[in-house]
Amino acid sequence: MLPPIRNKIMDQLLQFLISGLTVGSIYALVALGFSIIYNASDVVNFAQGEFVMIGAMSAIFLLKDGMPYPAAVFCAIAITVLVGLALDKFAIEPAKNATVVTTIIITIGASIFLRGAALLIWGKEIYGLPPFSGDKPIVIGNATILPQNIWVMVGTGAAVLAVKYFFDKTLMGKAIMACSYNKKAAFLVGINVKQMLLVSYGLSAALGAAAGVLVAPITFMSYNSGVMLGLKGFCAAILGGMGSSMGAVAGGLLLGIIETIGAGFISSGYKDAIAFFVILVVLFIRPSGILGKAESDRV
Amino acid sequence: MQLLEVRDLEKKFGGLKAISDLNFSVTERIIFSVIGPNGAGKTTLFNLLTNIYKPSGGSIRFLGREITSLPPYKIAKMGITRTFQNLQVFLNMTALENVMVGCHLHSSSGLIAAALRLPSVTREEKKVREMARQALEFCNLQDIAHMPASALPYGTLKRLEIARALAAKPRLLLMDEPAAGLNDTETMELCNLISRICESGITIILVEHNMSLVMEISHHVLVLNYGELLAQGSPYEIQHNSEVIAAYLGED
Amino acid sequence: MKAMVGYCLFALSTIVPAILFPDNYYVTVVGVTICTNIVLAVSLNLLMGYAGQISLGHAAFFGLGAYSSAVLTVKYGIEPWIAMIAGAFMVAVISYILSRPILKLKGHYLAMATLGLGIIVHIFFVQADQLTGGPDGMSGLPVLTIFGIPIDNDIKWYWTFAIFMLLSVLFSLNIARSRSGRALAAVHGSEIAAQMLGVDTAKVKSHIFVFSAVLACITGSLFAHQQDFVSPESFGFFFSIELVTMVVLGGLGSTYGAVVGAIILSLLPELLIVFEDFEVLIFGAILMTIMIFLPQGLFVAMEQAFHNFMNRREQGAANATS
Repeated sequence: MLPPIRNKIMDQLLQFLISGLTVGSIYALVALGFSIIYNASDVVNFAQGEFVMIGAMSAIFLLKDGMPYPAAVFCAIAITVLVGLALDKFAIEPAKNATVVTTIIITIGASIFLRGAALLIWGKEIYGLPPFSGDKPIVIGNATILPQNIWVMVGTGAAVLAVKYFFDKTLMGKAIMACSYNKKAAFLVGINVKQMLLVSYGLSAALGAAAGVLVAPITFMSYNSGVMLGLKGFCAAILGGMGSSMGAVAGGLLLGIIETIGAGFISSGYKDAIAFFVILVVLFIRPSGILGKAESDRV
Repeated sequence: MQLLEVRDLEKKFGGLKAISDLNFSVTERIIFSVIGPNGAGKTTLFNLLTNIYKPSGGSIRFLGREITSLPPYKIAKMGITRTFQNLQVFLNMTALENVMVGCHLHSSSGLIAAALRLPSVTREEKKVREMARQALEFCNLQDIAHMPASALPYGTLKRLEIARALAAKPRLLLMDEPAAGLNDTETMELCNLISRICESGITIILVEHNMSLVMEISHHVLVLNYGELLAQGSPYEIQHNSEVIAAYLGED
Repeated sequence: MKAMVGYCLFALSTIVPAILFPDNYYVTVVGVTICTNIVLAVSLNLLMGYAGQISLGHAAFFGLGAYSSAVLTVKYGIEPWIAMIAGAFMVAVISYILSRPILKLKGHYLAMATLGLGIIVHIFFVQADQLTGGPDGMSGLPVLTIFGIPIDNDIKWYWTFAIFMLLSVLFSLNIARSRSGRALAAVHGSEIAAQMLGVDTAKVKSHIFVFSAVLACITGSLFAHQQDFVSPESFGFFFSIELVTMVVLGGLGSTYGAVVGAIILSLLPELLIVFEDFEVLIFGAILMTIMIFLPQGLFVAMEQAFHNFMNRREQGAANATS
């Protein structure tokens, strides 16, 4: 028998692991969305968090209007995909020769715009979704886990596997990978780069929306919820390495765990600061992240 | 004492040896050309000399001082400056302003003095403007002094980079493919310019693909192949060196 | 000398309304807000526009100035102007220490680092409530005296801010046409070429980072005394984005551009109040539209259009007489 205090810490750790993996899965989905767009177009999409918010809020209101739950989820994702496509078409494409600073501000402007639209459409209140399969906690050892937590982790796992399959095995996925390696070369072999970028945005939006729908039963959502999620997802992407999709996922999970443990053992008020503190450390020591590649300029 | 001494220079990128066992010296006031097939390591050599890349081994001495591990701006301070294969003109300034940056080492006012616009700053500005104007004139660019660099044609920009480097009053000027992209007239003007630069007392190390230019103006030629020294000597000697000919023709 | 005339006109436009309408709300209250934003935008422009270093956390330095003044005067009873200098010194040290590692980063990584910094500072303001009063903020700051004159009414505050703003603008203009300004622009244009011309780019970036941080910090101290209230809300991520918007709206790299951007964005809320709930949406739309179609900024675009117009007139006159 373990001494009581050590037992208690183990229990706490297990609980933190569960919460950490849950929130980490959400970060992973957001980070994956960042990574896909960044790989395809060298753009960091500061509006990524808004995809999460739009997915969640759409689902919430479609459900309120009487749509069956699964249909509401599906439509919410579809709506968000349309928003993502519009973002690429109307904000990113017209500015394809812009500098890094300019594109950063364009996507920030887009995120503000989307938030403003959300404010108009859905107001300032906070809402939640009902859990997918009830809210009776399941007991594992001395820790409890909600069914929704399992849905989040399973849903994320499924999405990640689907994305991996898409990029590794399908023609379109490989075409997008080609664009990320060398746009000109991809163009010259007949790949419709514009279309591939569009698909990337749509895919990222879908991932964001999925994250939103998965997390809405656990956290309350409002027009503002996308901001922090987006920023932390970006932190996760940097942690894992911006160039690597699987790195983004790993970064997300790792960030979720670090954040939860930090909040639990050190201080919960400073929880949000943890993510940014972590990436400051990463940026100062190894900007390419855990799995990313180092960059160099050709002179 | 030689102006520049390179001993056992080596650069590895991962497992690839870009430069190995390179030994050569450069005397003052000559035009020293480095040639070689594509990928031979010429630009890598320049980047090593200016510490944009850190050597994996060996040493570089300038005027007897070890410069192998000095940061690029300190190397510039010692009197070495360069032009670039991919133009690095400051497109966000006018031509004159570009060259005025070249005078950076010959002026000294700091941020606070600048903010307060002290009389010393005003005096210095006048001096720097005049130095820059002279450098532009030397390169026959005085007419476009106030044009934004972004509006200038490619050939002019190449000359502007040279004027900017000259404004720093270097002892050694490294020129990385200055003739690339120039037409015949422009190349002839460049030839003339490089000779005049050398005559004014500046030593030049030239990396070039244009063989007629190299053979016309060089005092000494060094041939690189696969990062190693293949041959060096006068232009005549190099032109008749069978190994050099083989290295170039073997490229087909 | 065109530059001198321009600056004098600008200074007059700031001074005249205060002399003519010393009791007008728009002059004293809105004017102070505009001056505050101008200094912040101009200081950010030195970093972002001239040196090309993105900062999404500039509000943090503004906040550090405000809170250091508030905490030192209210909690420790220190003289306001001494507190201001102490705050500036502290920010100078902090920004210097941070500048070296942060400015090694570029592009998105730099954006993210400055963003992270800004958010951490903001969270600190909210969480360290023993020191800072937490989300409810702090008030009760003593009166600031400058050269023995107590700044205790609206018009005196306007004069304080106006003079501070005019000095900051002058400093920025002076820096732009000096060796330092050219070195900054060179770093922005091509860091490698700048190094090869003897510019210690790390030092240059670091110095301007500190300069711009200290300027923002002093503005924060003045702001704290003028408002007699500080709360974390004013110094968060959104304000940092607003500041970036001001700079790019007017034109990155142009001092007057930053001024124009600051003025527009200070007045925009007054205009947009008509639209109420649409305010956020319209702000985002404006930001996107300007960045897509006029990335060089409004002021710079106007300057370019003016030059093109003048050139065409000259051409026309030359053609007519030839």
